Amino acid sequence: MAAKTINITLKIWRQKNSKAKGELKSYALENVSTDSSFLEMLDQLNEELLTKKEEPVAFDHDCREGICGSCSLYINGRAHGPETGTTTCQLHMRKFKDGENIYIEPWRSAAFPIIKDLIVDRSAFDRIQQVGGFISVNTSGKTMEANAIPIPKSDADKAFEAAACIGCGACVATCKNGSAMLFVGAKVSQYALLPQGKVEAKQRVQNMVRQMDEEGFGNCSNTGACEIECPKGISLENIARMNREFLFSAITSDK
Amino acid sequence: MSKLNSKIPEGPIANKWTEHKNHMKLVAPNNRPKIDVIVVGTGLAGASAAASLGEMGYNVKAFCFQDSPRRAHSIAAQGGINAAKNYQNDGDSVYRLFYDTIKGGDYRAREANVHRLAEVSGNIIDQCVAQGVPFAREYGGLLDNRSFGGTQVQRTFYAAGQTGQQLLLGAYSALSRQIGLGRVEMYNRHEMMDIVTIEGKARGIIARNLVTGEIERHAAHAVVIASGGYGNVYFLSTNAMGSNVSAAWKIHKRGAKFANPCFVQIHPTCVPVHGVNQSKLTLMSESLRNSGRIWVPKKKEDAEAIRAGQLKPTQIVEEERDYFLERRYPAFGNLVPRDVASRAAKERCDEGFGIEANDTNEGVYLDFSSEIISKGKQAAYSQGDHNPSSEKITELGKKWLAEKYGNLFKMYEKITDENPYETPMKIYPAVHYTMGGVWVDYNLQSTIPGCFVAGEANFSDHGANRLGASALMQGLADGYFVLPYTLSNYLADEIRTGKISTDMQEFLDAENSVKESIEKIISAKGSKSVDHFHKRLGLIMWNKVGMARNEKILKEAIDEIGNLRTEFYADVYVPGAADEMNSELEKAMRVADFIELGQLMAIDALERNESCGGHFREEFQDAEGETLRDDKKYKHVAAWEYQGMDVTKAILHKEELNYEFIKIADRNYK
Repeated sequence: MAAKTINITLKIWRQKNSKAKGELKSYALENVSTDSSFLEMLDQLNEELLTKKEEPVAFDHDCREGICGSCSLYINGRAHGPETGTTTCQLHMRKFKDGENIYIEPWRSAAFPIIKDLIVDRSAFDRIQQVGGFISVNTSGKTMEANAIPIPKSDADKAFEAAACIGCGACVATCKNGSAMLFVGAKVSQYALLPQGKVEAKQRVQNMVRQMDEEGFGNCSNTGACEIECPKGISLENIARMNREFLFSAITSDK
Repeated sequence: MSKLNSKIPEGPIANKWTEHKNHMKLVAPNNRPKIDVIVVGTGLAGASAAASLGEMGYNVKAFCFQDSPRRAHSIAAQGGINAAKNYQNDGDSVYRLFYDTIKGGDYRAREANVHRLAEVSGNIIDQCVAQGVPFAREYGGLLDNRSFGGTQVQRTFYAAGQTGQQLLLGAYSALSRQIGLGRVEMYNRHEMMDIVTIEGKARGIIARNLVTGEIERHAAHAVVIASGGYGNVYFLSTNAMGSNVSAAWKIHKRGAKFANPCFVQIHPTCVPVHGVNQSKLTLMSESLRNSGRIWVPKKKEDAEAIRAGQLKPTQIVEEERDYFLERRYPAFGNLVPRDVASRAAKERCDEGFGIEANDTNEGVYLDFSSEIISKGKQAAYSQGDHNPSSEKITELGKKWLAEKYGNLFKMYEKITDENPYETPMKIYPAVHYTMGGVWVDYNLQSTIPGCFVAGEANFSDHGANRLGASALMQGLADGYFVLPYTLSNYLADEIRTGKISTDMQEFLDAENSVKESIEKIISAKGSKSVDHFHKRLGLIMWNKVGMARNEKILKEAIDEIGNLRTEFYADVYVPGAADEMNSELEKAMRVADFIELGQLMAIDALERNESCGGHFREEFQDAEGETLRDDKKYKHVAAWEYQGMDVTKAILHKEELNYEFIKIADRNYK
């Protein structure tokens, strides 16, 4: 591909560590190939900073295929940038114009403290998962023959769509309340839709919602921004399903 | 010097694992809490091992360099996982999966290990379904299957093009459960820097906290390394940016032998390179070869016109297309194994038929137009329309493709800005998986007692070439169904050992040597970035230790990498300090290990005077360009012993491979 190149100005949040005060710093970057991904553009900036013996910009990234959920970044006021259904690593520079100012900030949420520059701590998601995001089966491999319980294709497909969440945190970052309901709703839904998950459904939703609240995530006010910004298109239906599960578990609780 | 003892149990192949399990030592439940185990890496092998061992009652500490165990690179596997369930009633069996894997590996894998893998494959699917992994299903509610390369049955289970993600999240959920129960202590954003051995046994690790830079000591009665493969030695590969060889290389430096490092899998279907700033390559799942046909133009002029942008692939008529895999391998066609498909694509591009307008003109087409028509017709018929219009056929065909491969097609479009429903995908081979790795015996124990190695990090099951949908199978087999037995067998002798103190001299020494190696790199204060060296290493590896190798270029590579190592330590620039978050330092430590490994790969490739699987030596091919194995001289595992940073001094040990149950034969896919 004969690539075009563009010149851009970056305004990037720099913060030495969790305790330091941060600020937006400006960097001019020239000759950026429009075939480069957004993170390759940041690589290019970092290479230039290193040549000048300046400290490179720290950001989380790993698979660069849109599936590991490592990358984050608030780009021009939107989680994962201007393209819907796309993680930052899958965003390409052809979506930006020559001469454009691009603002890059970390996820902003009380439950995701900043570690350095654009890197935040998302371990709250892990802790929510640890109190209920599983089915309590041991790993003997002899639990049950895989085809013993037929599952309607539509249920399996819906469970899969919920399970496609990559845990990146865009939903939290984009929500004005800093709510994690889309993330938790997706996990609750995956299991609630499958017969294997029904056994523990009541405890699961209770425990996960309790942990979510303890981590300091906000409430859902049905704005729907999370669904729009979710790179994997996780549906708001999952929040509705979680609310139903939660209500049902509260009124029918064995405790 | 220790002799390599593979510890393969006696007896008929189908009974070996069962008999072995029946006679292994156990650790009683009341003794397990007295025993500590460290697991490094949380991909399929590491997460499943940590979850299983925690659940058994051992005290487990698990480490990953990512910010969460859920992000390990197993997550990116797309296509599927094999299991000999024979749900499709097409003649599959444990024996056939065993046979296909041995043959697919070009007769360079250990029979007993591979048979065990095939035996437990069914349990993996049972386990994952019980955990709530949402595999694809048919309308009757039962599990669906598809085909993969190198087989003639449908045994691959999948979840759209995100099978690795769903399996890893399944293992992560099991691991999370154990963390929640306090059975596993999780260390995110930690990197293993060295292993600590006491009286020859693995007794712990030195880790670096990647947030604070603090160097930590962790003791245990056994250490499991499940840190993945080393494809990033090529700089450009389908691996994640952080994937590295360091944990495996550190144990190699402390006495674990490293086996068959030159066996690397180059995957045929990846998105071609776009330019100099390329940071990684993206795979398009092998499952696409079920539906796509691979071709280049028959005429060189057409290829040139395409590269010049004067001709579109859709303008080239059927008769002018060379479906080169179907032409050369009629029996398996587009579903030949990965090494065969990759070489065939390279052959066409080397001859000038490549269609991609990048520096090297390297690219071929993967075309879905035939499948759109065939599946569109089927769909119309099933709706009762026996005389569908061509528009309707195309519409329904595209819908079918979207359901099967939607996420892959979207991903392709994002990267290339081209719509693969309308125009064929452009693909080219890229480094994807490494069959080589730490040498382990049948129990997955390395040559350091108490140090076990699982998943892609070990060398064991795939020989010289891995078949598609087998890596996920091996990772979970090792972690869920092999290590819990073999590790317990080892730990049974440790119940009287008691807590291991991190105050021991060996821990202090290891910590000091880690600090020295960090200091050496950070104080170099040279003029070039870590990526500068990594990219140069990658180019040497790709051009000289890549898809086609020969004596001359391998010798050049060995020298060039040696020089690169000297230059690296003299001239690398790492900013910042060691006692803070420092991603350049992390990269530098990894690249230092890649440089040593790269040299060993070239040495291993030079030593192996034959072509087999992914290892293609130009001197050893037949008239049609197929690989020529030499079973008399090279039917062995090459296991290297470290002798210092000058890797040319490494000592070669051989484990002879015996084929008692499968007749060794030419590997023919014609």
